[in-house]
Amino acid sequence: MACGNNCTCSQNNSGNHDNSRRDFLFKGLMGGIGAAFLSGCSSNDNTKPESGEKVNVLTHDGKLVSVDKSQVANFKPHISEDDVRKGIPGKKFVMVIDLAKCDGCGKCTKACNKMHYLPSNKEWIEVLEMQDSPDVSPYYFVKPCMHCDNPPCTKVCPVDATFKREDGIVAIDNERCIGCRFCMAACPYSVRLFNWTEPVKPNIIETTPAAENVFQSKKGCVEKCDFCPHMAREGKLPACVTGCPMNAIWFGDANEDAVTCYDGTTTKLSQLLEDGGAYRFLEELGTEPRVYYLPPVNRTYDAKEIKIGKEGSEK
Amino acid sequence: MEKLNPEIRNQIENELLGTVGRRYRQETFWVIFLGVICIGGTVAWIIQLRKGLGVTAMRDYVSWGLYISLLFFFVGVSLIGALVSCVLRMSGAKWRYPLIRIAEAVTLSAIFFAGFMPVLDMGRPERLYFLITHGRIQSPILWDVVAIATYFIGSVIYFYLPLIPDLAIMRDKLTDAPEWRKKMWRWLAMGWEDNLLQRRLLKKAMLILCIVILPVAISVHTISAWLIAFTLRPGWNSTIMGPYFVFGALMAGTAIMILIIAKLRHGYRLEHYLTPKHFNNLAKILLALTAFYLYLNINKYGVPAYKMAKEERAVLEDLFYGKHAFFFWFTQIAGLLIPIIILSFKRFRQSIKWVVTASVMVLLGALINRYLIVIPNMLHPFTPIQHAQHGYATYNPTLIEWTITASSLAGFVLLIILLFKPFPVITMWEVTEEVEKSGEKEIGVENIITLQNAPTHAS
Repeated sequence: MACGNNCTCSQNNSGNHDNSRRDFLFKGLMGGIGAAFLSGCSSNDNTKPESGEKVNVLTHDGKLVSVDKSQVANFKPHISEDDVRKGIPGKKFVMVIDLAKCDGCGKCTKACNKMHYLPSNKEWIEVLEMQDSPDVSPYYFVKPCMHCDNPPCTKVCPVDATFKREDGIVAIDNERCIGCRFCMAACPYSVRLFNWTEPVKPNIIETTPAAENVFQSKKGCVEKCDFCPHMAREGKLPACVTGCPMNAIWFGDANEDAVTCYDGTTTKLSQLLEDGGAYRFLEELGTEPRVYYLPPVNRTYDAKEIKIGKEGSEK
Repeated sequence: MEKLNPEIRNQIENELLGTVGRRYRQETFWVIFLGVICIGGTVAWIIQLRKGLGVTAMRDYVSWGLYISLLFFFVGVSLIGALVSCVLRMSGAKWRYPLIRIAEAVTLSAIFFAGFMPVLDMGRPERLYFLITHGRIQSPILWDVVAIATYFIGSVIYFYLPLIPDLAIMRDKLTDAPEWRKKMWRWLAMGWEDNLLQRRLLKKAMLILCIVILPVAISVHTISAWLIAFTLRPGWNSTIMGPYFVFGALMAGTAIMILIIAKLRHGYRLEHYLTPKHFNNLAKILLALTAFYLYLNINKYGVPAYKMAKEERAVLEDLFYGKHAFFFWFTQIAGLLIPIIILSFKRFRQSIKWVVTASVMVLLGALINRYLIVIPNMLHPFTPIQHAQHGYATYNPTLIEWTITASSLAGFVLLIILLFKPFPVITMWEVTEEVEKSGEKEIGVENIITLQNAPTHAS
């Protein structure tokens, strides 16, 4: 999972226990595309050693057959420009961040940077220190892109380079972006970053359309947190979720009403939001974010140790 | 008023045509000086194109800087054409006639550079054509592109129409000019014979254009204002932005107009045509606009300052007594209050020197104000700026940015000078016609009928 490449990893990530939900997502995806890829694996690639693990595949005539996992590992469904602009069918991605659990370690940022080949000075997911007023206790505030349902950024884009997908994700197509930075001015959450200089390119080859690339940096274009759609297509969690040992970040599908966190716990989204007294950041602006926050109550760490970064401070 | 003596008319035309193609030492100096700055700016731009916008001081928080401030300035200045050719026309101010071409030249030059600034600011200027191939009409940037293009074309036509009879005069009079020039004049004059039908058609066309251009002009600048008013940012998220921009623009444009006619008056020896009456009247307009702009400022800053709502507080504190306080109070006091006081006195309004002084202050204030509209708001977003990289939480424009900014301003002035070179600065046919109709005093020209000898020019 942490390999970061846009390839279908045939190995299981050892650091992450497989769980029923992931398996379910995986199977669902396989079922959906099974008909298409059966022809692809009918050639029966015998060069690979059998893993011994079987997966169920739906054939085009409606039969469910069991094949070895090694036979489907290298399969990669073709994703067209239209697919990327439409999003993953039937999904509505949502994130819940439990501020009571976040101890500000910044591992989400590190995992994100690793996955997207970002230098340390770029942060798609930021950890800020917040204190709402001097008498209340401070807390760490994790800020990814809010993937708003009423996004101020996509509204103003003159060339449709940033757009809202049906699966809830606000994506950027860096083959389209003209670099006017209107979206950056429009975003009230300041999550958008600009490539002021030529970024360092990693040595990878990506075949998906630009908006779902793992590496999105392009000189003169805007980039930001993309909710890892390349992982979601494989039924996997975003890098920040699998990078958060505190189980503070939950990610899932609102249509399924299920979210999953680092240790694999899958819970009911509606229940989590209700029990936790969830809120959304700058709700009053009416941007309808897809990221929910659980307030920092009963913290699992010592809040007194938080030092509030001075407004406008530089490293 | 009876018809002008043909001989006097002839002399007026000769005098006004005297500036066409003539070289003035001071003017040559300015052209070279501004040209050098423009070359410097071009070099800076090439460096920026090669290395990316990283050569500027703009970073993720202050993602718009001097270039967008200048865009607002240039779009604003371009409104002066609509003010002189349309608003003054509607109000029946006859003294506008000697000013029309100057105002249109300023407009043309300003709107040209206004169209250029966003290209300078783009991260990927080579994708500019995407605006046509992939344009989203829902985006205010598309509206801005359409509005600027429309206003540019409208201004070119408005510059050209009153020029036709003058071109015919040049075609008939300047017979010793080089052949290619004569050819150009003949072609541009489009067979103007100065008959009644032609005059009627031309005047009708100008009237239609005058009515059409006003909403276009206002929309151009209102859309620029919407680029920031359509965001949710504290300080920008305000409904006052449209009128605030439009009136600030008219004010800056009037100040520039005064400065340019002050320079032309002596530079081109047009003392008879650009007289204290014009300065006095423009000063009255400037007074009204500065006073109204101060009122808008009180609304724009005073109303949120009373409430001190959480989000706006940081921006307001920055402006009132923070990092930008000096510039803010400069724009309010030196850029508005003092000019209002100066221009309130008749004695000062009638002195060209004082009017020019007030205009310089207003213009300086307007330029800084454009900067203050953009930058402090970007430095105070909703989410606190923490752990920013070095140079991200401040904005100190780099040499490249200053060079490009200076060369855009230089190019703006240069283009105005170059527009005056092939054509007479004053609309000859309209001025003579109106002098015949309503007399010298109404038009604001002095002693041109009693002129006996065309004054000799110091070249």
